[in-house]
Amino acid sequence: MTQKKLNALPNLTTPNRQAVFNPEICIGCNRCVEVCQVDVYIPNPVKGDPPIILHPDECWYCGCCVLDCPCPGAINFNWPLQQRGSWKDKVTGRVHRDNIAFL
Amino acid sequence: MTNWHDFVGRKGTTPSWPYPVDYDKENEIETDVLIIGGGIAGCWAAISAARKGVRVALVEKGDTVRSGAGGPGCDHWGQCPANPHSKVDPDEWAKIIAEHPGTMAEIPKDTPEVSYGNGIGSQIQCRESYDTLLEMEQMGGQIRDINDEYLGAEGRYDDTKFMISPRTSPDHANEIVIRIWGTTFKPALKKECQRLGVQIFDRVMVTSLLTEDGRQGARVVGATGFNNRTGEFIIFKSKAAVLAAAGDFYMWMLNTEHAGCRQFRSRNATGDGLAMAWKAGAELVLMEKTTPLLLGTGYRHNWYGGAGDASYENLQLVDANGRKLPWPTQGWADGGAMFPPPDVLESIRRGIFNGKWALPFYGDFPGMPDIERRVTWDLMLGQESTTKIITSTYERAGFDPGRHLLQNYTFIEGETHSQWRTARGGGPVVDWNLKTTLDGLYAAGEQLFSFGDHSFAAATGRYAGRKAACYSTRVGESGICREQVDQEKKRIYAPVKRTGGIEWKELNAGIARTMQYFCSEYKTELLFNMGLDTLKEIEEVFVPRLYALDPHKLMRSIEDLSMLTHAQMVLHASLARRASSRPLNFYRIDYPEIDPPEWSKFVTIKLENGQIKTGDLPLRYWGDMKANYEAHNRDYAGVYKAK
Repeated sequence: MTQKKLNALPNLTTPNRQAVFNPEICIGCNRCVEVCQVDVYIPNPVKGDPPIILHPDECWYCGCCVLDCPCPGAINFNWPLQQRGSWKDKVTGRVHRDNIAFL
Repeated sequence: MTNWHDFVGRKGTTPSWPYPVDYDKENEIETDVLIIGGGIAGCWAAISAARKGVRVALVEKGDTVRSGAGGPGCDHWGQCPANPHSKVDPDEWAKIIAEHPGTMAEIPKDTPEVSYGNGIGSQIQCRESYDTLLEMEQMGGQIRDINDEYLGAEGRYDDTKFMISPRTSPDHANEIVIRIWGTTFKPALKKECQRLGVQIFDRVMVTSLLTEDGRQGARVVGATGFNNRTGEFIIFKSKAAVLAAAGDFYMWMLNTEHAGCRQFRSRNATGDGLAMAWKAGAELVLMEKTTPLLLGTGYRHNWYGGAGDASYENLQLVDANGRKLPWPTQGWADGGAMFPPPDVLESIRRGIFNGKWALPFYGDFPGMPDIERRVTWDLMLGQESTTKIITSTYERAGFDPGRHLLQNYTFIEGETHSQWRTARGGGPVVDWNLKTTLDGLYAAGEQLFSFGDHSFAAATGRYAGRKAACYSTRVGESGICREQVDQEKKRIYAPVKRTGGIEWKELNAGIARTMQYFCSEYKTELLFNMGLDTLKEIEEVFVPRLYALDPHKLMRSIEDLSMLTHAQMVLHASLARRASSRPLNFYRIDYPEIDPPEWSKFVTIKLENGQIKTGDLPLRYWGDMKANYEAHNRDYAGVYKAK
């Protein structure tokens, strides 16, 4: 497969997508940009579009962007893979993990 | 599209900086009381100062609505012995907690010979935290079970609807910690600041204190800062200032990536306040005290990611076969203890290897009475710090506390390297007005030595605010020294004038590595001096090459410089304490005797004409806590009554 155009980009910081926006629900109000104390996000240059994650490596996982969002479902918190939680059904003994993938 | 790479991939170009940038623009703000830091302590200081009728300006690096360690939430209002259900006398309790700083579980009644608590802060918290809580309720914060969601929970009182936590209260002995709905607090505090006309400067980092005639050790007459989105410079002229910034939590930490960036504090917590107080000439104590780093997400699940961390009250831990572990439940039986005594912990460790206990361990949520399970999962974890996003993530993935055992990560996640630490507990010497040794400069919250929790920050912030306001009405205007401003401007903007060199992350890592090597659990004079030499080299060779591409990275760069200064303060204080000390977690290989009587004192450091001066202060220098509190607060009016 030949790809027409490939940008030369540096490696991504890890993690780099601690939140995933749903553009169908997000109204681009930038409330998340404001409540984030470390400025993980910047407003999107296209008005009304979801913000851009600019500093994912500075996220401290406070969750305020999700919890203070006026449009439930517009932002989904996407825990880094190494951080996913695990639990066990007390009756059946079956072990579960948080395996919800948004992308 | 969500992240920067997606944007570039789709558009073929980078997004432009979204804010207007004007590095050289200068703004001058005049106020009576300047509050540095808009977290819990800062907001309370601003509110209480504004209620005294003076002009107040509040400066915050993030946005006041959710900034600071207490911005996202809080589940415990600690050390509140004046509450109506308390079984202890506030003045007696203050004496006890001043001798046992930081204890979350049962507090021994004995008085240790050596203790480095903060008697002034403890007394203020014990006397005023309940009034502070009632004012929080006036502003719209939820402090009671007003919707009767938790009827029948142990510790809930039907008359007041207060919910008492088992913390520090084994078998209901004391009842001095109240469960709260802390996610409602910070937005309410910001709103009250706005209602009172406090001028709020969000996204502004304060970088230095201005002193009378620019002299070190003189009265503080203002501060400088810059906007971390636009780069604009601000000169604040004030009659009094309250230092309410954060501690320094990243001085030993190499990297914020890999989701390691959580230890109750965001990367904004870089000790800027103490660094600027030091440079202005304030005398500081306990700067040699450090504690092992409690890393969160990424490196470890602690805190809060797995069962058994803080806030999991009344939760029994079981092994993989469902057998109950001899581990405290953080409940009424053990007064909220989180860890077993060292000998029991060691026996569990041995039991893992000889087959008695099977890993991993779990938190037995289904085994809890329904009401206590809801209190712990919905109320405590739903309201504490940053845990709501964790519980909601678990629920989204199918976790049901009524049916599922939540995994615990003790033992299998390993332990934080002993070299990785935080500078925790140092601060300016303060008097009974929470005034530092500099006229016009007050301190509150995490800037106080041996600081406490959320209610400590709130009560001391509220106290410092009213004292600073009172001082501001008694002093005249004082001009700022232009030369001092110009020097600071030059320092602040140097990184954006360069186009290449070393960036903030590498500098942070270089400082962290120096501290890991030379100021860790292995402490000797030679290592301390090597650390100072290394930091000096960083200062002389690499800092002049520090560059920043935008105002945000400029903030991180200037934070690094705070950390560098802070690291030097820690090493100087460490050199000055030529003895080992258990309460300070300070063990010197070259002075192994632990807590020798002649060293049972505070070691102080300060700058005088640019030279380091060390000194000492007796333990319990604050004198009779009750008598001194009362002598300094004859005009205290109690709970605020709106005019």
